[in-house]
Amino acid sequence: MLELRDVKKSFAEPDGGELPILDIEEFHLDAGEQMALVGRSGCGKSTMLYVIAGISRPDAGKVRIGEWDITLFTEAECDRFRAEQIGYVFQTFNLLPGFSALENVLLGMRFAGGHVDRARAKHLLERVGLGHRMSHKPTQLSVGEQQRVSVARALANQPRLLLADEPTANVDAGHQQQVVDMLRDGCREEEVALMVVTHTPEVAQQFERIDNLEEINRAVVL
Amino acid sequence: MSLWKIAWRSIQQRAFASALTAFAMGLGVALVVAVLVIHGVIDQSFRRGAQGYDLIVGAKGESMQLVLNTVFHLGQPTGTIPYSYFEELTEGRFSSAVEAAIPVAMGHAYKDYAVIATIPEMFDQLRFLDDREYSFSEGRNFDANEPFEGIVGATVAKKLKLKVGDTLRPTHPGEEIVGDAADNEHEPITIVGILEHTGTPNDRAIFMNLDGFYKFGCHQKGPSRLKTLLKERNEPTEEQPADAPHEPEATNTLVLPGIETSHDENGNAEETAHNEKAHAHEGETHESHAHKGHVHSPVPHNERRLSAVLVCTDHSKPRLAMELPDVINEEADAQAVAPTRIISQLFDGIIGNVQLILVILAVLVVVVAGIGILVSIYNSMSDRRHEIAVMRALGASRLLVGMVILLESILLSLGGGAIGLLLGHGLVGVLAPTIAENTGVIVGAFRFQWDELILIPGLIFLASLVGYLPAAVAYRTDVAKSLAANQ
Repeated sequence: MLELRDVKKSFAEPDGGELPILDIEEFHLDAGEQMALVGRSGCGKSTMLYVIAGISRPDAGKVRIGEWDITLFTEAECDRFRAEQIGYVFQTFNLLPGFSALENVLLGMRFAGGHVDRARAKHLLERVGLGHRMSHKPTQLSVGEQQRVSVARALANQPRLLLADEPTANVDAGHQQQVVDMLRDGCREEEVALMVVTHTPEVAQQFERIDNLEEINRAVVL
Repeated sequence: MSLWKIAWRSIQQRAFASALTAFAMGLGVALVVAVLVIHGVIDQSFRRGAQGYDLIVGAKGESMQLVLNTVFHLGQPTGTIPYSYFEELTEGRFSSAVEAAIPVAMGHAYKDYAVIATIPEMFDQLRFLDDREYSFSEGRNFDANEPFEGIVGATVAKKLKLKVGDTLRPTHPGEEIVGDAADNEHEPITIVGILEHTGTPNDRAIFMNLDGFYKFGCHQKGPSRLKTLLKERNEPTEEQPADAPHEPEATNTLVLPGIETSHDENGNAEETAHNEKAHAHEGETHESHAHKGHVHSPVPHNERRLSAVLVCTDHSKPRLAMELPDVINEEADAQAVAPTRIISQLFDGIIGNVQLILVILAVLVVVVAGIGILVSIYNSMSDRRHEIAVMRALGASRLLVGMVILLESILLSLGGGAIGLLLGHGLVGVLAPTIAENTGVIVGAFRFQWDELILIPGLIFLASLVGYLPAAVAYRTDVAKSLAANQ
């Protein structure tokens, strides 16, 4: 379902040189598969997610999701594709502060340009245990609740792929398992492939597949 | 969820700053509204005054002066014309083009309000505004056979607390009223009616019978009066027996100071005042006081003078009606002017320019308020960069986030505009009684001017213009960098 081939990405340095961040010869993720991506800080995990999500364009290589090579998309096509096919859970949740929990989920649907399915949004929030807090603003929710809203938002458009960038990093130990369970169960039920970037061994160990980016990214100097 | 709602939520998030920005815009818009409404008031108060007749026939001179004096009772008349012009317009050589003619003689006042001498037909035959008839809130029109009856306009009645049955004694402008007995030249006028509010300058005037005007002592100085005086001197009175010796100086060589006599083309004697322009009888000295209780005999027709004649041309004879002003303008001592044309010239030439300057100033205030919106949104962009990046990461296109910012600017402008409309019209509502009293124009707080409609596209255009820069910032937001910066 997801395939990266000869993907290269580097950033410009202040002295005019280029700093290679990603150099991945090959990477695969099957439909509905769930995996953890680990690696030390600065090894390019977030950059890899951005490239897969079409937020950053690779300097070279192909990124195929389903039958589409998103590197061939225009930026607008990429935005649309991301809204429709990719769910994203951020480390800092990134809920929009002016909107209620329900509206944050609806926003994800609005950006996909399709039908804004209010009933589905409510259902997703109920499923993550926030049926009674739908009209609450992010500041009125606890950290754990905010992350649950962001999971519901990521699943709103029934994506093919859900990318979670250290989703438990800001959640206390008591709620970490809850977040992981929600992600895994939600993706399983919706038949969504899941790729979780994590630094936490307890989280990574729950996945059958654990990839270390330092091993597959040739740009990393070991 | 609509883009409008997304933009609105963004405004709500910065409620205080947004409210201040919108209020600043509101003040600018209120100023524009006030200028437009006041312009409408001035326009109406000017144009309304001259409705009901087509021409003013008056003495040669500045046509603007003639109109201002006749219609608005402002300033001095251009001079006087012989009464014969009124007769020519009603029965003589001009009558075929005339449907109605109303003579007016001015030059008196009562407590700063003009006293206009005319005939009762002014209120029977003339119409005002959209063919409305004059009516009386109290009493009736003055009687043609009662020389010292008069009526007052609604504003005069209200301001001076006059009612039917009251009397007033006109004076010459600038003269002080010192008791009832001080002025024996002017017989008191009895008020028999109070006009309903008309929204015209007539609300601020007093009208009396023209016959009474010619019986005022101050008009008893023409050649006929000389004859009367001579006759009075030669005839015995109650105090002076017929056989009493006459004063030697009472001869036919008596000349009243300040008055010269001359003869017009028709051989009619007429007085030539030192300052004839002042009013119908301006320049006459006031030595010839009427004795208390004595009513003077009216000035004979051939010595009568008028300030102007209001003429309704006969619309069934358009050609004659059109030629009438040209024919009158060929006369040696009279001119005919179309008041609506002169008022339009006045309005477009002077008042229109003043209004334009006021509108420009008000628009500048709105533009400054628009820049306030730009600064407010632009300053918020650094705080919102991350928010925009999140929206983009969720799939919002660059165009969409740019649109949200633009809509935010438009909402603030339109919201400010709505506040401004309310403020502006509220202000007009508060000022309405004062405006009505001073101009005669009744302004409803929520009577909108068509010009105000331009505010809607104007504000949207301004908002788009000032929203463009922050929208461009949003458009160019680097998603990956902004997301990384917040982690």
